[in-house]
Amino acid sequence: MNALITRRALLRGGLAVGAGLTVGFPVARGARGAALAQTAGVFAPNQWLRIDRDGVVTIVNSVPEMGQGSLTTTSMIIADELDAILDQVRVEQAPANPALYKNPVTGTQSYGGSRGVRDHLAMWRKAAAAAREMLAQAAADEWGVPVESVETEQGAVVHRPSGRRLLYGQLVDRAQQLPVPQNPALKSPDKFRYIGKPVKRRDTPEKITGRGIYGTDVQVPGMLVASIERCPVFGGKVKSFDATAATRVKGVKHVVQVSNGIAVVADGFWTALQGRRALRVTWDEGPMAQVSSTMITREYEAAAKQPGQVARNDGDAEKVLAAGGRVHEAVYQVPFLEHACMEPMNATAQVMPDACVVWAPTQNPGGTQATAARLTGLPPEKVTVHTTLLGGGFGRRGEQDFIVDAVETSKAVGAPVKVMWTREDDITHGFYRPATYNLFRATLDARGVPAAWFTRMVGPGILIQKGRAQAGTIDAAAVEAVRNMPYDVPNLRIEWTNKDLGIPLGFWRSVGPSQNGFIIESFIDELAHLAGKDPYEYRRALLGKSPRHKAVLELAATRANWGAPLPTGHTRGIAVAFSYGSYVAHVAEVSVARDGAVRTHRLVAAIDAGLAVNPENVKAQMEGGAVYALTAALYGRITIDRGRVQQSNFHDYPMLRINEMPVVEVHILDSGEAPGGLGEPGVPTVAPAVCNAIYAATGRRIRTLPINRDELKRA
Amino acid sequence: MISLTVNGKLHQVDVPPEMPLLWAIRETLGLTGTKYGCGMALCGACTVHLNGDPVRACVTPMSAVAGKSVTTIEGLSDKGDHPVQRAWTEVDVPQCGYCQPGQIMSAAALLAAKPSPTDADIDDAMSGNICRCGTYQRIRAAIHRAAALKKGGA
Ligand code: FES
Ligand code: FES
Repeated sequence: MNALITRRALLRGGLAVGAGLTVGFPVARGARGAALAQTAGVFAPNQWLRIDRDGVVTIVNSVPEMGQGSLTTTSMIIADELDAILDQVRVEQAPANPALYKNPVTGTQSYGGSRGVRDHLAMWRKAAAAAREMLAQAAADEWGVPVESVETEQGAVVHRPSGRRLLYGQLVDRAQQLPVPQNPALKSPDKFRYIGKPVKRRDTPEKITGRGIYGTDVQVPGMLVASIERCPVFGGKVKSFDATAATRVKGVKHVVQVSNGIAVVADGFWTALQGRRALRVTWDEGPMAQVSSTMITREYEAAAKQPGQVARNDGDAEKVLAAGGRVHEAVYQVPFLEHACMEPMNATAQVMPDACVVWAPTQNPGGTQATAARLTGLPPEKVTVHTTLLGGGFGRRGEQDFIVDAVETSKAVGAPVKVMWTREDDITHGFYRPATYNLFRATLDARGVPAAWFTRMVGPGILIQKGRAQAGTIDAAAVEAVRNMPYDVPNLRIEWTNKDLGIPLGFWRSVGPSQNGFIIESFIDELAHLAGKDPYEYRRALLGKSPRHKAVLELAATRANWGAPLPTGHTRGIAVAFSYGSYVAHVAEVSVARDGAVRTHRLVAAIDAGLAVNPENVKAQMEGGAVYALTAALYGRITIDRGRVQQSNFHDYPMLRINEMPVVEVHILDSGEAPGGLGEPGVPTVAPAVCNAIYAATGRRIRTLPINRDELKRA
Repeated sequence: MISLTVNGKLHQVDVPPEMPLLWAIRETLGLTGTKYGCGMALCGACTVHLNGDPVRACVTPMSAVAGKSVTTIEGLSDKGDHPVQRAWTEVDVPQCGYCQPGQIMSAAALLAAKPSPTDADIDDAMSGNICRCGTYQRIRAAIHRAAALKKGGA
């Protein structure tokens, strides 16, 4: 296939990818922003669903499926409000078209922040309710009865008085003629058939048979496969390169320079790797070659001695702390972390003179379209984006670097190209969860209650580095879950200092709260012990203004039998936090071996995520969040030496494995509130619950992650 | 030319003998169910059966598989109804799903060798398979379930 590919062939290529799957790639419909084209015999009242004359309901899912279950949840919501039969509903992944498919809250077609359900629920219900009303009206018109006398059920409209019944498919032509109601009546929750009930994932069949198509599995006729040699130092540039030996490798077709390095383009990935190995590149390493982890820590320490920007100031903490009472001080540090999605980064692009197609496992289809448009000079509507399944996202796949790789390489060689990363590329060229340094000071009053609390946080701001917040302001992501910590403290001062040494930053599952939950929930535990109080009761007494925190804390403690005897050597720790719209508490049951090895036996979680659309998925996400968080607590650490990441694969950036998996119990508190997030809120409280349990077992306070087992060794 | 049987079908593939089996399966034969995760036998995403034994295809050179029989996730069952796959569905194991073909191939090999695995057996056989989404609890439950299904239990 060459640049003269016809549009027909292109569509065939595109469709071939999704052929035979429940989850197909739709052909992009309509121009950007234009109304949906109406097709005879297809009832499509809006961009979210359509019904054909056979009664087949197709739902368009705008939220990429990255494991969080969006294919299931989105179709549950729409099928329920539409009164369709969920098992028979087809799901299509939305094309990039922000005018039609943007998140109504963020205004972009980019997904992160556990926003799938909470931002879309109302809109999807309304879209489906409008369709349901139109189908009811169409049936009423057909029968010549008032619309109030008909009802919908399970893919049909019925008229009970006469016993008449028409399937949705039979109403398509009539419904198509009707105006779309702007304010349709929503179902009352007691009529929900799927929402709030445990529903099994709908994408399991293709995920257990190998049929599911991830980005890395995309095959386009004539496609080449590339691997890119990148500068080991962040921000480094190619000075020169010698491709002689690389091009001699059988199967290597091109060696081209792109923004992110030198792309070796071949007939397959392994061949591309052989070519890459034979490549000689001289780098201009640039200023980052001076940066290392020890230097970053030194800079943080120095910055922590100076006042920061004030993120919150209740009362006068400084005055109370200076009043001469006993001040408890602690420093908490967390490292840089990489996402390590199970599927390494990749994308496939086909750049043609007048169009571009991208197949990508992306959390950000809108951004992908914009990136490809920018790089090709094409208008966005000439860029088609097929979002494949994602082998994990965790925030990493909202970035554009792997899209840039594919579009630039395809453009350079004039053929469709899949650029695949090795695991080593993935770990050494990530967007890292920021390392931070946090100074705490507190003093207790006579009752042991915090009279004053001071936190000074030092670290880089993700939003500021990405230009999404202004330099000089307080980065909301950096201070989240500290600035809004829930405890009742009369004199509370939170400061933040932006110290950015240039390590590329990214949104890592639960972002700020992933680390801030650890520091706050560990420090409050310190204060409880200092006061000689039970850490659970101590928190409870300070949560008077935060009833939802208190409720999940109590639920977790009760279900974990807080205070009841445990096997010898086992101890409990507790933690609670709010993030992404949900309240979570964890009780960890832990033991520490003589050699310092930490074993988490059991994690009892309580979550108030408001309306839990799919309770089964709430559990799955909490289980997954626990593993992600435990991995970070026990092992996660990215270190930098001379501007290079020192870790490279799972031997030196280990992951939790099945033999270390605790029993995870999840208890859902149905508060009746608006839905909160699920993917991220399960992370923040795991590390502090475990570390608080370690303290209970050993008297050792873990203030630096990952947990250093050497410090926990007993003679 | 190297000849090998994949999912019961004899193939002649023209690839270098040092090429890992993983890439011949995925790119030469187009069977993309077997995944790449690390390339160093550290994650198990590439697990296939070689003459019935689980191996990491990313470090198994083609020279070592000549004349042998390989089963990939696509060949585990015709309809996705191997007891392990049925159990995986019942227990709702997958999240992103990327690791699951490897997990399932490891689990199927375990059950073939040990029809009633203990938790310790599961730890032994499955700790080479990473799941970044954290589905381990369900994997354990599903393996026990598959053992019951295999014995014809309800
Ligand atoms: S890809 Fe083979 S073990 Fe990871
Ligand atoms: S299900 Fe995503 S890595 Fe296992």
